Amino acid sequence: MTATLAILGWVPPIVGHPFMRNAFLAGTGIAAGCGAVGYFVVLRSQVFTGDALSHVAFTGALAALAAGVDLRVGLFGATIAVAVGMGVLGRSGRADDVVIGSVFAWMLGLGVLFLSIYTSNSSGANGTAGVSVLFGSILGLSAGAAAAAALIGVMILVGVFLIARPLLFSSLDEAVAAARGVPVRALGIGFLALVGLTAAETTQAVGALLLLGLLAAPAAAAHQLTTRPFRGLALATTLAIGAMWVGLAASYVFPSVPPSFAIIATAVASYAGASGLHHAAGRGLIARGHHDGTAHRSEAIHV
Amino acid sequence: MTVTLFDYPFMVNALRAGTIVAVVSGAMGWFMVLRRQTFAGHTLSLVGFPGAAGAILIGLSPAFGYFGFCIVAGVIIAMASPPVGSALYSEESAVIGSVQAFALACGFLFVNLYHGNLNGLTNLLFGSFLGITNGQVLSLLAVAVPALVALGLIARPLLFASVDPEVAAATGVPVRSLAVAFLLLLGIAAAEASQITGSLLVFALLVLPPATAQVITARPLLGICLSVVLGVAVTWAGLAMAYYTPYPTGTFITTLSFAAYVAARGIRTLGARTGTGPAPMREALT
Repeated sequence: MTATLAILGWVPPIVGHPFMRNAFLAGTGIAAGCGAVGYFVVLRSQVFTGDALSHVAFTGALAALAAGVDLRVGLFGATIAVAVGMGVLGRSGRADDVVIGSVFAWMLGLGVLFLSIYTSNSSGANGTAGVSVLFGSILGLSAGAAAAAALIGVMILVGVFLIARPLLFSSLDEAVAAARGVPVRALGIGFLALVGLTAAETTQAVGALLLLGLLAAPAAAAHQLTTRPFRGLALATTLAIGAMWVGLAASYVFPSVPPSFAIIATAVASYAGASGLHHAAGRGLIARGHHDGTAHRSEAIHV
Repeated sequence: MTVTLFDYPFMVNALRAGTIVAVVSGAMGWFMVLRRQTFAGHTLSLVGFPGAAGAILIGLSPAFGYFGFCIVAGVIIAMASPPVGSALYSEESAVIGSVQAFALACGFLFVNLYHGNLNGLTNLLFGSFLGITNGQVLSLLAVAVPALVALGLIARPLLFASVDPEVAAATGVPVRSLAVAFLLLLGIAAAEASQITGSLLVFALLVLPPATAQVITARPLLGICLSVVLGVAVTWAGLAMAYYTPYPTGTFITTLSFAAYVAARGIRTLGARTGTGPAPMREALT
């Protein structure tokens, strides 16, 4: 980790600070998991589901705080439970947008309740907790929390690579995949559980309100740049990690810029840049229509 | 009991403002749910936050920021959106998601640059029904009336274009301009509501009463009226409950609306088993 960073000449002073080392360690794991999961979230048109889970993350974290337990218990518990619930209730592991919207509008109302209970009970002891859940506090992670976040990030990455091939098949052509014996429904639910895990994980870095940017933007940029699935998956992961590193470095150089803003701004800029390249070159999957792209991908799976 | 509630001018103004916001959201939200544009609606309701934070940063009234950002975002989303029903949906949702995250990140940056107190941030996000002035109520009304008139003017072709875009386009309905005009109106509704409920809770008023109304009836006019009535009812009940308890208004409004939605779905499921459920939207129109 440190060796990779040391390649860049200006990095050593940054990693001299323990909080920056922790942020880079956690951020790399978080961004890697987020980029890989995001690739499939965009491919399966489930960005709105990710949006909903980010609000569940807010409510879960504040519920844990209001109940006086570790924030991460509520965070991970709530997002994974709701993600699996959406998968089970929805047809073929996907839920209707209006149902998702209705549920998370209510979830947010509950989150506000927990926020008011927590802030009135703690009597200003930790009044910024709500803000750090919403907008992240990657510079405030302890060494233990950072190591745990990095480990979970690696687990997410491994999980995605284990189910990548059948998930790709069932995302592109559900009917054919089901006919070939791929467990489409179980895969959909399993994938949503991974999205829930990623949402909880990413909340620790950039916050519940901003995690959608790290989930959607690098992945959408990768979709613009290549139609090859595994190259795209690797590219999405790389872009997310790049956005994390650039964002952290930028917030170190300009202390008035919060790291969450710098990370999301870099990720969105990479998407805008990829979009510009894509339109300039006039090629790629999404703009040319889904059909030849699907054919291309199906070939890539079968070969 | 009601005497004490209406005795305070701040409660009267909160009820007035809440009513205006609920009527506008109920009507606009009905079309949003019909058009399945919940994600766009959610993003529009969130971009008011950076708008307001930015306006405060440069010393303007937050109202300018709310309206400016929501209207501009509505036009951007409408322009970037592919035609309804095309295979480009995944691209569209990635655009909306990125716009939303970037807008919220900007809002957080503005708040940081302003070095404002954190209560200000919480109010921008979760709203404050207290301390609404007569002037604010009047300005809400001044925007709400033209917006509702405009919606009334385009309602019929918009309904046609939402339910069957291909046939509507074939018979000469300007489907694309209607889509832009609608997102513009939705942006105005979101900006109105943001000033009272805060950016995070606008979406509840935009989605829950209309979704409930559409579960109960497929008739457009009846549905819109029902959505408005439900919106006003939950807002009043929420304000009253928040007045008598120490808990936030937003929690009561969202919980009551969600309970109505779940009840409506439960009753319809029972009705469908006995064969008395309402006909789907498409059949009702033809």
